[in-house]
Amino acid sequence: MSENGFAHEVDVTVIVNGERVSRRVDARRHLVDFLRLDVGLTGTHTGCEHGVCGACTVQVNGDVVRGCLMLAAQADGAEVWTVEGLSDNGSLDALQKAFVERNALQCGFCTPGMLITAADLLARDAKPSREEIREHISGNYCRCTGYEAIVDAVEMAAGTRAGATQAGGGSQ
Amino acid sequence: MTIDLNQVDRPNSYIGKTVPRPNARKLVEGRGQYVDDVHLPRTVHVAYLRSPYAHARINGINADAAKAIPGVLRVFTGHDLKDVCTPWVATLDHLKGMKSAPQHALAVDRAMWVGEPVAAVVAESRAVAEDGAAALEVDFEPLPVVADMETALDPETPVLHEELGDNLTFTRTHESGDLADAFASAAHVVEETFHTGRHTGVCLEPRSILADFNRSENQLTLYAATQAPHMIQSSFAKHLDLPEGKVRVICGDVGGSYGIKVHIYPDEMATAAISRVMGRPVKFIADRLESFTADIHARDHRVKARMAVDSNGKITALEIDDLTGIGPYSVYPRTSAIEGNQVVNLCGGPYDLASYKATTTVVMQNKAPMCQYRAVGHPIACAVTEGMVDLAAEALGMDPVELRRRNLVPDDAYPYTAASGMKFEGLSHHASLDKLLETMGYDDLRREQQALRDKGVYRGIGIASFIELTNPSPFMYGIGGARISAQDGATVRMDPDGSLVVLSGVTEQGQGTEGMLAQVVAESVGVPMETVKVITGDTQTTPYGGGTWASRGAGIGGAAAFRAGRALRDNIIQVAAAMLQSTPDALDIIDGAIKDRATGEERMPLAELGRIVYFRGDTLPKDLDREMVATRHYITSDYPFAFTNGIQASLVEVDVETGFVKLLKHWCVEDCGRVINPQLVDEQIRGGIVQGLGGALYEECVYSEEGQLENANMADYLVPMASEMPDMVIGHVETPTQESELGAKGAGEAGTAGAPAAVMNAINDAIRPFGGRVTRMPFTPERVLAVLGKVPDPDGR
Repeated sequence: MSENGFAHEVDVTVIVNGERVSRRVDARRHLVDFLRLDVGLTGTHTGCEHGVCGACTVQVNGDVVRGCLMLAAQADGAEVWTVEGLSDNGSLDALQKAFVERNALQCGFCTPGMLITAADLLARDAKPSREEIREHISGNYCRCTGYEAIVDAVEMAAGTRAGATQAGGGSQ
Repeated sequence: MTIDLNQVDRPNSYIGKTVPRPNARKLVEGRGQYVDDVHLPRTVHVAYLRSPYAHARINGINADAAKAIPGVLRVFTGHDLKDVCTPWVATLDHLKGMKSAPQHALAVDRAMWVGEPVAAVVAESRAVAEDGAAALEVDFEPLPVVADMETALDPETPVLHEELGDNLTFTRTHESGDLADAFASAAHVVEETFHTGRHTGVCLEPRSILADFNRSENQLTLYAATQAPHMIQSSFAKHLDLPEGKVRVICGDVGGSYGIKVHIYPDEMATAAISRVMGRPVKFIADRLESFTADIHARDHRVKARMAVDSNGKITALEIDDLTGIGPYSVYPRTSAIEGNQVVNLCGGPYDLASYKATTTVVMQNKAPMCQYRAVGHPIACAVTEGMVDLAAEALGMDPVELRRRNLVPDDAYPYTAASGMKFEGLSHHASLDKLLETMGYDDLRREQQALRDKGVYRGIGIASFIELTNPSPFMYGIGGARISAQDGATVRMDPDGSLVVLSGVTEQGQGTEGMLAQVVAESVGVPMETVKVITGDTQTTPYGGGTWASRGAGIGGAAAFRAGRALRDNIIQVAAAMLQSTPDALDIIDGAIKDRATGEERMPLAELGRIVYFRGDTLPKDLDREMVATRHYITSDYPFAFTNGIQASLVEVDVETGFVKLLKHWCVEDCGRVINPQLVDEQIRGGIVQGLGGALYEECVYSEEGQLENANMADYLVPMASEMPDMVIGHVETPTQESELGAKGAGEAGTAGAPAAVMNAINDAIRPFGGRVTRMPFTPERVLAVLGKVPDPDGR
């Protein structure tokens, strides 16, 4: 507690990927920095730090959240899942397989956030249309792919991809 | 022994097949390792105070308050670093008359653009370093700003670098044929002025470097997000006064680059200089806001064009006047004159032109430096050329496809030297055009367009042929004196278990380089791909090479790996022949085993051969060579560049009430020579197209007259997002280069080269009934409405 009564550090306990994590952090610490720097979970990335690009997307109490727009202090008591935990428990497996098969990632920097966002869509709607997929991931920036392969991969994971799953996409 | 790459049904015939990238799984599990994921003991973090002025004298920097902040360790100014790190001047000898001024890692006495690093604060964390930067008190004295490239050379405009005499960096005119006669005798002459908007790369992973200088060994290790590790090594060694051998560049996963991460940046150089001073690891990870002002920009061009056509629809002349403003310094070491030079080299490229004249004028100004960004110069040259072809078609009353048919260089004309002087080994414009029209159903689309227009729905179809420069020889940079390798190398090693390790000088930024190398080596040796491990991005272990730029990864790096694989295969068979009391020509390697060439009978798995070579070498003849490793290099020599070609088409719908452009579909047929992995090539094309669409429709670094960048954040600087992007149909024609056994040319930039032109022509096709025409990118709704006469011209024309 500082002289003016404003806490510069706070104690937080967060359930991260099913494990209880307690740390004393700066009050200004963002959730994404907490995950990356305090817990060592570097699979979640920081791309813009102002809530636009979606690279820092994680699950907090079941909701998709931008890790750069939430403070670690706000996550006290919450259940947080990152790409590492969701990989270990198999939640993302179908999407991950489809992303690899369809080459729906290039540099991979947006991919953890993209997968978590796509998983959120499939949890709400098992059979989304291409337009719904595009709309749902439209807050996640990908500079590499042009998005089509990602849309294809989400369709593949949902089992709705038309014309089987020719890995080359729409190539002639 | 040669391989018939057209025979695709053999075991290990990976070349030409879609197979998943071996490095994709780790990335989908979040197990990549980007620079910011690397943690070294004693690491400190640096944040830069950047100039808030486009041009200002720095009268003094008071760091007392910054140094008082707990956790702040050091503050560095330009004066503190100028003796640690020598300044650089980015010119190339072969660009005649080119000039630029010395640039320091941190501004010394004068800041030249909004975003130039002025001081560095080193602290225990990035957050505290930013606190320190905010607490610095800098006495800036604003100076007159040169913002507008159009007036940069006017006599009344201040000269930015007095010692240079004027603000001209470079100019070049190329002329061939009789322009005056062609224009005088033309049936139609069309003229237009085009603007391509200044934009930037917006790599999702910002620029990142972790510099670790170890005094005890006089060794600098740089963990860098870069496309060109050896170029970084060479440049940092030179300006930090270290032997090249004392600088090691390690490049792990890179979160996108697109040309942004192939330059020397002052903040990265300063980070290494600070590490040199402090003798401990220093990490700099750009944040998004500073990336907009500190990453290179590109594409800020104004091009005036004139084209002459005869009454038969033959284009007889093209004249180009290009002006570009590149910021206050030419960017090191590739220089900022290349983009304008490319415009001169590439305009009119797909067409059989009798006469051609092009001038580029490259000027300095107080904006962020511009330099090479994906498809350098191509989107500009292609938009201008294809825009002019459509204008000529309109003047002739001819279908734009028909005009292209009459003017594209014939497919049987190669080798062909263009009016620009560029030499083409073999292109396929007409075959590509035919395939495109068939794929898109051109005639049906035209009928549909007409039917919808009658209902007040304005759709447009835009076509754009293009050429793409790939596989550069030393004629790109080396002859100009830059230590940028055009050659690349690969080492292939067989380990005792029969698995292979490939070390390559080309690098991976997500395009699939490592997958491509694994495919090429697996096939050239004759092993299953899953037994091949590829290592890139380490100057201490990989063969010296240029890295990844100008679409050279497959064409140069792949060709070197193919040769290395064949050489290792020959070595292995030599040993096998001795072991099996056979002869090399009687044996083959198939599916990881030595087999009898005639019968296909397996004689020995490679793991057994490896066991004997490595552990029981005593059983082999004493004089037998048993080199289970081979290194080969590749460089292009017959042609300065391996040009590729292709053609794109865009289908759009323009809402003439709102000016919004809806992208309905996009097609591309391209010819990158031999396709090693169709899926990877298609995705390079798709990603490239969308990057081009970004520049055409959304992306622009908007500067005020005072040189302030007004939209330096991701909320205001728009990039393509999933909901606005179209599905894209990709097709191929394959004309392998004869220069290499592999036959591959580059594919990474073709999408970006042609997409803006295609979408521009599509928009103009859609709004043709209204008589307006967009020529200034990005084609925002406001600009579309302005040419429709519905709102005032936002650009004041």
